[in-house]
Amino acid sequence: MSEFSVLQQKAESFYPNYGRKAELQHQTHYCPGCGHGIISKLLARAIDELGIQDRTILVNPVGCSVFGYYYFDVGNIQSAHGRAPAVATAAKRARPHSVVVSYQGDGDLAAIGTAEILHAANRGEPITVIFVNNAIYGMTGGQLAPTTPVGAKSTTTPYGRSIFNEGYPLHVCETLASLEAPVYLERVAIGNIKGILQAGKAIRRGLENQVNGLGFSLIEVLSPCPTIWKTTPQDAQKRIREELSKIYPVGVFRDLTGDRGARPAALPAPTLNELPALLELDAAHTFETPDRRPTQAVDWRIKVAGFGGQGVLMLGEVLAEAGLAAGLDVSWLPSYGPEMRSGTSNCHVRLATHAIDSPLISRPNVLLALNEPSLRKFVHTVEPGGWVLYNADTLPPDCRRDDVNFVTDSFTKIADGIGDTRVGNIVMLGALMEAAHLVGDEQVDAALAHTVKSARWLEFDRKALVAGKLAARRIVQGVVQ
Amino acid sequence: MPKQLIKGNEAIVKSAILAGCRAFYGYPITPASELAEAAAKYMPLAGGTFLQAESETASIYMLFGAAAAGVRAMTASSGPGISLMQEGLSYLAGAELPCVIADIMRGGPGLGNIAPEQGDYNQVVKGGGHGCYHTIVLAPDSVQEMADLTALAFDLADAYRNPVFVLADGAIGQMMEPVEFMARPVEPRHMPWAVEATPETRKNLVTSIYLEPDNLEAHIRKLEAKYRRCEREEVRFEEYQTGDAEVVLMGYGITARILKAVVEQLRATGLRVGLLRPITLYPFPVAAVQRLARSAKLFGVVELSTGQMLDDVRLALNGARPVEFYGRAGGNVPPAEEVARFVRRIARQYGVAVAEEELAHV
Ligand SMILES: Cc1ncc(C[n+]2csc(CCOP(=O)(O)OP(=O)(O)O)c2C)c(N)n1
Ligand code: SF4
Repeated sequence: MSEFSVLQQKAESFYPNYGRKAELQHQTHYCPGCGHGIISKLLARAIDELGIQDRTILVNPVGCSVFGYYYFDVGNIQSAHGRAPAVATAAKRARPHSVVVSYQGDGDLAAIGTAEILHAANRGEPITVIFVNNAIYGMTGGQLAPTTPVGAKSTTTPYGRSIFNEGYPLHVCETLASLEAPVYLERVAIGNIKGILQAGKAIRRGLENQVNGLGFSLIEVLSPCPTIWKTTPQDAQKRIREELSKIYPVGVFRDLTGDRGARPAALPAPTLNELPALLELDAAHTFETPDRRPTQAVDWRIKVAGFGGQGVLMLGEVLAEAGLAAGLDVSWLPSYGPEMRSGTSNCHVRLATHAIDSPLISRPNVLLALNEPSLRKFVHTVEPGGWVLYNADTLPPDCRRDDVNFVTDSFTKIADGIGDTRVGNIVMLGALMEAAHLVGDEQVDAALAHTVKSARWLEFDRKALVAGKLAARRIVQGVVQ
Repeated sequence: MPKQLIKGNEAIVKSAILAGCRAFYGYPITPASELAEAAAKYMPLAGGTFLQAESETASIYMLFGAAAAGVRAMTASSGPGISLMQEGLSYLAGAELPCVIADIMRGGPGLGNIAPEQGDYNQVVKGGGHGCYHTIVLAPDSVQEMADLTALAFDLADAYRNPVFVLADGAIGQMMEPVEFMARPVEPRHMPWAVEATPETRKNLVTSIYLEPDNLEAHIRKLEAKYRRCEREEVRFEEYQTGDAEVVLMGYGITARILKAVVEQLRATGLRVGLLRPITLYPFPVAAVQRLARSAKLFGVVELSTGQMLDDVRLALNGARPVEFYGRAGGNVPPAEEVARFVRRIARQYGVAVAEEELAHV
């Protein structure tokens, strides 16, 4: 009897008057005998009992329960069809002290929103999901739900659900019980007073888990829909007891509430002053660029090309960093994606004393060709008077030109001599600096120190740079200017 | 001043965090994945949330949840992922939630490819979702602007309570340029309408439902008034050598950079050509187009698509001046020389003086 009177009293976490319709201030929009009405009362009572009204966020779904926010005097977010678990995930993460309830029907959760519920459960999001399974689409007027029993008629299964056309009823608790993360999964049934009391307890447990900082809880409620089922409220509850509870047995499918500790609390946020360093925007990661640009106007348009793994992109990056250190405007544009996968790689680097318009380089004045296909592809695009560095002892006859400056050597072989083929790109960089003096030695060194993170590699690269300069000194004679 | 050589995609993330963004939800896709990777690295350090969602659909609704709870939040994707987000964008606009979406465009339709294209213009600028709404769209053409416009995007999102796009292409996303980041980070802000799970915000409701036609129409009119204000107050563009231009070129993103080189090349030959670069694609710089139409003889639109922004230029001109179009697609990015040939051709076609002997130098 005491239980009965409690149920009749309006919960604190319901609004005293409902603003949905002026003429219906004390009535919900739910049909008489609808499970949603009962479940809402159980939820409101649990919120009251746990004293969490102020910090509860209800995520309302699309379905008959779309208007929960007219009744629940808690923070409310109305979500799209099926996406409530995603919305709840982020709301909870944004406000970790909140108690977030994702309230969803079977179409919402078990059809259109299967990905969202599965992944929220699998991540163990610390939210509470109330899953109202009435085995039909209520709001849209009685279409098939993934939970509709085999053989049952709906407006979209006029001949009854066929296992060959629509497959079998989807068992949500059983499916989620195959995941490791969920803390609490229980199915209850609004089939009689006992079932309602059990539903109330389960909903309260689901909220308590969240209050205690535990993970994902879901309570599936077999819920009558007398209107669409075309039955009386009494017969609807009978169907729950006699038919749906057979297909969807009630019970606890997962209960780790005693075993799982609270999830770790978030680390305290840094102060705003700490942010730039955390974002690697401190002095160690930026260049204090000179106020004035070099006086002699330059516009180096460099194309670097070779096989993936030859350090094409890095060579370009060091050049761009060196240009930046020298106070030039710079740009670095890579080829990316499948082109890289097929084995060739190139990038466009521009260093200029004026603001750079296009970072795309079609007429380079420096070509750094680390392999023969790259040389062949780009040598004829080089501007007369420009520089071509090629990674081999001799030029293929069809790549010869007498209006550009060639510096050819096996830069990777020189790198082998230093101890690692992979610094061949930096040997070539040394040769380029010696031949064409793009920027000063200090700036190249600063760029290397900036780009190369390990001390061992930096040492290799510095040796490579010197070796490249020596090689170029031997080679460069009679340049075209 | 301290500058950092940085990729466009990473610049967005650093700038977002400096602007007070504390939530990034996303799903990997080339050429936008560096955004998720950078957010995964930096967001936790800044005390924020990074989560790789199960899909772009989930990402956009996670944005919805974070924004509803009052946190500055963002996601990033490219063509196919942005297509999946369209329902959510409509909900976000309908519920008036501020958030930022970076679209680093790749080739489409379908799986297309991952090379730079500008084929998302229509779905982003015109709104691919249902209902009468707009997203505000900012189009950076440099890595510095990737940073600057991201910070602006968060401010506009809050000011208009609306999703804001940073619409770039694979080239701007993948390239590195020096960036000077904002000197002082922004304190995460408080939004009085947000659902923060506190006694003060308990009665707050975030929704896009208005069941009664009159109520929904009133809501739509309110949004409409907001968009009109945005069109009055937020138009941004850059003019380059337009003062005496007979030919006005228009393009955004990487295309605008190429067009600057084209203007330089053609000016050297005596052709009076200039560039009008929209920085906001919505709101579109309609008045600037109309002003230039008074002095220019014709407009040339260049895009990495078969012509999407083109429609907005035509609408702005409303027949006042001829518009010619040059587009490359599929991931092909035309060099300046190729575009310059197009401009010379249309200039001659419409009787704009091009000295033949000067042409010989080009
Ligand atoms: C994307 C999308 N598709 C379809 C709909 C239409 N729709 C609204 S509610 C609903 C089904 C709701 O059924 P269920 O989740 O079982 O909730 P119930 O109404 O039975 O409580 C559908 C299909 C929608 N709003 N959005
Ligand atoms: S249609 Fe069914 S689920 Fe919807 S309110 Fe009526 S009884 Fe409840």
